[in-house]
Amino acid sequence: MPEQLVMGNEAIAFGAIKAGVKMVAGYPGTPSTEVLETIAKNNNGNIHVEWSINEKAALEVGAGAAYAGARTLVTMKQVGLNVASDPLMSLNYVGVKGGMVILVADDPGPISSQTEQDTRHYAKFAKMMVFDPSSPKEAYEMIQDAFEYSEKYGEPVFMRPTTRICHGYQTIELSNEIEERTVEGFVKDSDRWVIFPKLSYNNHIKLEKKLVEISEDLNTYRFNTVTGRGTKGIITSGVSYEYVKEVVGDREDIKVFKVATANPFPEKLALEFLEGLDAVLAVEELDPVLEREITYVCGKYNVNAKVYGKLTGHVVNAGELSADKAAESIALFLGEENKFAADETSAVGAPELPARPPVLCPGCPHRASFYAVKLAMKGKKTRYCGDIGCYTLGNAMPLDMVDTCLCMGAGLTMAQGFAHAEPDVYSFGFIGDSTFFASGMTGVVNAVYNQANITIVLLDNSTTAMTGHQPHPGTGRTMMGDVVNCVDPEMILKGMGVKTVVTADPLDLENAVEVVKKTAEKKGVKAIIFKSPCIAVSKPAQREVIDEDKCINCKKCIKELGCPAIVLKDGKAFIEKSMCFGCSVCETVCPVQAISKAGGDK
Amino acid sequence: MNMNYLLCGVGGQGTVLAAKVLAAAAIAKGEEVKTTETIGMAQRGGSVTSYVRTGHGIHSPIIPLGAADVIIGFEPGEVVRNIKYLKKGGTVVVSTKSVMPVTAALTNSTYNGDEMVEYIKKAAENVVIIDGEKLCNECGSDKVLNVILLGAAIKSGAVGITLEETKDALLKRLPAKLHDLNIKALELGMRG
Repeated sequence: MPEQLVMGNEAIAFGAIKAGVKMVAGYPGTPSTEVLETIAKNNNGNIHVEWSINEKAALEVGAGAAYAGARTLVTMKQVGLNVASDPLMSLNYVGVKGGMVILVADDPGPISSQTEQDTRHYAKFAKMMVFDPSSPKEAYEMIQDAFEYSEKYGEPVFMRPTTRICHGYQTIELSNEIEERTVEGFVKDSDRWVIFPKLSYNNHIKLEKKLVEISEDLNTYRFNTVTGRGTKGIITSGVSYEYVKEVVGDREDIKVFKVATANPFPEKLALEFLEGLDAVLAVEELDPVLEREITYVCGKYNVNAKVYGKLTGHVVNAGELSADKAAESIALFLGEENKFAADETSAVGAPELPARPPVLCPGCPHRASFYAVKLAMKGKKTRYCGDIGCYTLGNAMPLDMVDTCLCMGAGLTMAQGFAHAEPDVYSFGFIGDSTFFASGMTGVVNAVYNQANITIVLLDNSTTAMTGHQPHPGTGRTMMGDVVNCVDPEMILKGMGVKTVVTADPLDLENAVEVVKKTAEKKGVKAIIFKSPCIAVSKPAQREVIDEDKCINCKKCIKELGCPAIVLKDGKAFIEKSMCFGCSVCETVCPVQAISKAGGDK
Repeated sequence: MNMNYLLCGVGGQGTVLAAKVLAAAAIAKGEEVKTTETIGMAQRGGSVTSYVRTGHGIHSPIIPLGAADVIIGFEPGEVVRNIKYLKKGGTVVVSTKSVMPVTAALTNSTYNGDEMVEYIKKAAENVVIIDGEKLCNECGSDKVLNVILLGAAIKSGAVGITLEETKDALLKRLPAKLHDLNIKALELGMRG
């Protein structure tokens, strides 16, 4: 095929298809999501592709397939790996038969994550190989290598691209070939597949030995490279390598060690790199993993080179890197003037810039849900526990309806902690539909069993909105293209023993407020399901307009709702027609009925 | 020839499609391309920056500071935010219409788009100012700002891509029923 512009995640997906992957399971999470979506879109029918309900489920589904001998890909974002860590930490001891790649996308910045955790630590913790691509093109090749290495050593391996690889595009020549592989099938062997203390002990010994072998093997891995010469060296990996190259250019007087496999660390190649060096700079994102590895190698082999990096303040220790930041670090390290891209436009006295904090979309039903709860509970002592999803944005002013946000599923359980510790508060747990399936359900059982006095607010918009509208068990669609029975959250809640479960349309604001008022007063666990589709998966209604003659310029619509479609124009509230979705919540808010549907009264 | 294009605006304005068109036009000429985007966590309304790098031997997907040949600005405030990326002697193509963040309406602090444009004129050597709102109205669609700006950028001569090359790349990405509208937008943008 000719060269085409391919997104990093697509490149990984096409590489996995080429490698003959048979099972793909994952949970959506930025920036990993498009890997699984691309495989589903290009599935010739021979691959089972699924959005599992969470990362733990995905990894376990994957483990079964890999035990049977199928090449398996499991996808998630970095915090998803925390959820999957339970099976992970045993799977490494057991090993796999079919090649298994666990694709975990890290997010330096963080740009759209709760943490800046570094999956390379997990690789070390779990005693697993980790492949770290530096570009989409390399990722395409590397995922195929990762399957080979996994099968060669009978171990699951990590591939951990970062946001700039996942969401970066590059011209790549893709191949149409698919490696045809047969799945041998599971071979019963209790001494191999059933984890027991004895097996773990024996396999621990084997695993440590294997890691030494793998490290030896990776010394000659094609994407681990040492270039240049001289007494100063830079150790780097992933997209940071590209930043270093951008800065160093064709300079031959600096050695560059590109580490594609941070674990197990290619020690011999590192020694080759250290040969003749008196100083090393580690340029990497997230944690100083390479910096510590190279320091260790220096100590172990008595190499007299000083190591600089995050731990010495030469490289920033939080946030993502860039060529510009790498240039500063390298100039400081070399004791040279930073001449990189000095030809900047001189910009002095720039006017103050508008901040654009993330807000809920115009017409988003979550706005109405939060506002309904806010109105209903006015004057009461409340705790509003939020969760992960678009509705975290309910924290923004003027709604200000999220008191806590911790991790997937924590809203419902944290609300219980508040209710037990502060019996006089009205404690609410907000959760989206996809998050409910992912990790909310166990929290509901916990609340029912332990007699918590909480109100669950399930914000059901019929999609996984924030990661780009993936289907989930409540949508009745699968990634294999099948239409299946919807799993109904209302029946789940009732089945779990929640006595009061009320479903309401949040866009019918007056009724929604009444529902909250009534429900919150009940004792024990009760639930409100606010059901209204995400605007991205539904059609806009007739937009709203403000009748200038009726408007008394109180700006209540702006101050109460914070809808991006309502702006100030010449000091008066005005609805941007290109943005309005016609949710009509502002109609209800206006005290003088100045807002109505365009084209006359409805 | 190596070129760096920076496109910036607000989520929902169509910056990403415009970036893809520039990339596709460069690929058609046999160039290597790397692109990336900076998008916040909101689905709409946040600052969006697309970086398109074409040519050979490109490393960083993000354009280094002071290295953008062209900035195509969908919103004047966003251009000011990104002006540090512009190369000395580089070109800015900017739509005058400001997009107010919801916070501006809340705090009664609407900002002045004209002030931003005045600043851009001082900071950059070559500035093409486009009344995006007016031209969108002429086209009868508020979804074609991206194509109008592409047209204006081509006209400026700074992008190194011809109208025909852009048209080819653009129409391949759009369904046939949108072709006439987008050709009109491209032409209106070239007229300025």
